[in-house]
Amino acid sequence: MNENTIAAIKELLYKMADDLLIIGHRNSEWTGLGPILEEDISFSSMAQDKIGQAQTLYNLLHELGEQEPDTIAFMRNANLFHNAQFVELPNNDYDFSLMRHFLYDHADQLRFEMLAHCRYEPLAKVARKVKGELKYHVFHGNIWVVKLGSANEMSHNKMQAALNLAWNYALGMFEEGPFEELLKSEAIFEGEKSLQEKWLANITPILLKAGLSIPEPKTWKPVLGGRKCEHTAHLAPLVEEMSEVFRYDPTANW
Amino acid sequence: MYGNAYIDPNDKSHAIIAGEDPQKLAEFEDRISRGEKVEPKDWMPAEYRKQLIRMIEQHAHSEIIGALPEGTWITRAPGFRRKLALMAKVQDEVGHAQLLYSAAETLGKSREAMINDLITGKSKYSNVFNYPAYTWADACIIAWLIDAGAIINQVANAKGSYGPYGRALDRICTEESFHLKYGHDNVVTLATGTLKQREMVQAALTRWWPPIMHFFGPSDKISNHTEILMRWKVKMATNDDMRQQFLNMYVPKIWDLGLTLPDKNLKKNAAGTWEYTEPDWEEFKRVINGGGPCNAERLAVRRMAEERGRWVREALNTAESKYIIPLA
Repeated sequence: MNENTIAAIKELLYKMADDLLIIGHRNSEWTGLGPILEEDISFSSMAQDKIGQAQTLYNLLHELGEQEPDTIAFMRNANLFHNAQFVELPNNDYDFSLMRHFLYDHADQLRFEMLAHCRYEPLAKVARKVKGELKYHVFHGNIWVVKLGSANEMSHNKMQAALNLAWNYALGMFEEGPFEELLKSEAIFEGEKSLQEKWLANITPILLKAGLSIPEPKTWKPVLGGRKCEHTAHLAPLVEEMSEVFRYDPTANW
Repeated sequence: MYGNAYIDPNDKSHAIIAGEDPQKLAEFEDRISRGEKVEPKDWMPAEYRKQLIRMIEQHAHSEIIGALPEGTWITRAPGFRRKLALMAKVQDEVGHAQLLYSAAETLGKSREAMINDLITGKSKYSNVFNYPAYTWADACIIAWLIDAGAIINQVANAKGSYGPYGRALDRICTEESFHLKYGHDNVVTLATGTLKQREMVQAALTRWWPPIMHFFGPSDKISNHTEILMRWKVKMATNDDMRQQFLNMYVPKIWDLGLTLPDKNLKKNAAGTWEYTEPDWEEFKRVINGGGPCNAERLAVRRMAEERGRWVREALNTAESKYIIPLA
């Protein structure tokens, strides 16, 4: 692989891993606070998968010459993270957390499905394993979105409001990077545009079943910048909290 | 994790077996003495039912309230290995609550009623969770020593007479034994680590020692009312017996790590019994009745979670989602 291809793979891995780490962290914040015990357990379960997946991707980065996974995750400042702004937003109520999980996991599942055929074999191998785990996350999101979208007036209104709030941020997940063409021509990744189209095709019938409406296309304004390390004010405190103990004594083995 | 059930000393009802059919009561006690398990639909004295509900309910509450001090450290855990392990551990604890509420529901009290009694302060939970986990090391000490205490209590109670509770405890103990290993590994890492880490873990141990000594409940000298509960195999070991077992198993391990305990009188005597300064039972009572450093905060958080989640539960509240079948 030439230098450009390696840079392109790294860029792809960083944004995927950072998304997973940050949404996993947010999911874990539900521990002990879910609306019912079973949801506490579900969000914790998904959080464990996501953070484990992030670690696996940071390991691939390490194999490409980046630092150890713990160092990458716990010693970087917020202005070096490549995650979409969508995943760093606070959990808010369960409606928003659930809607974000639904929208994010559909995109992530498709991304890993696409990457299962990737020409960079170490990533393809990881993708084949991860997509199996994500199947259950998507399954969980679908059931709950349909149930709460259609249960009663209050739950319907809350879920619609959550969808409206989440939408433009969710579109920001598909922010294009500088290597789109290269990744495509090297048969590594088909690109964000193609991913977004597939995502839209997958979520539309489920939202319809839930009785929820996707905002009018003319109002779509993707919230971009995350991939270029531009973030909301919510990310810095999250990263500080996450690395607080690790940085208390960086020479220590924890 | 869970200490011993706290019985309100002013509650006189434990003395009341009056009104029970003497023949049924005799048959019931015979079954128990033969080692048979009582199942949800079997006849049982009203007091047996009441004490079991109280005990299983307190245990379930302890699991969800216990998730709060440890849960705070999930978002701060240092490194992937610790973060993943702590998430899995706290998730287990919430899973235990789920198992236990379902065991208690078989006795006729709904989960909603139990949670309602928790957030209104009517039901108790293990007193240790009214203390804060100030640092990462506090979370490590909890995972090791509080879970160790819980195992002693639960292994004993798993042999109790009520089938659904015993079976739930068997499953819970298996998971708790992993928590114990996780906690021990963390404490060893800190105790053999850098100066900052050693200071951190010693301070946490010193802070947690009084609550740990309180963990098994008041001394047998001042705790009455256990006789009938032990005959019915609701309670399987006395508070002091469990405390002795704990000291015997863990004090040597703590000392081996070069850590010190804040009790000059702590020693094993020639008869093999541990001697210690009598824990402050007035403090214990004060904390269990709401005067501890975190009682208000714990209940406020739980109440907030319940209120914020109400609309979700209402949306789910359909006939087919109700169940009373024990999960274990």
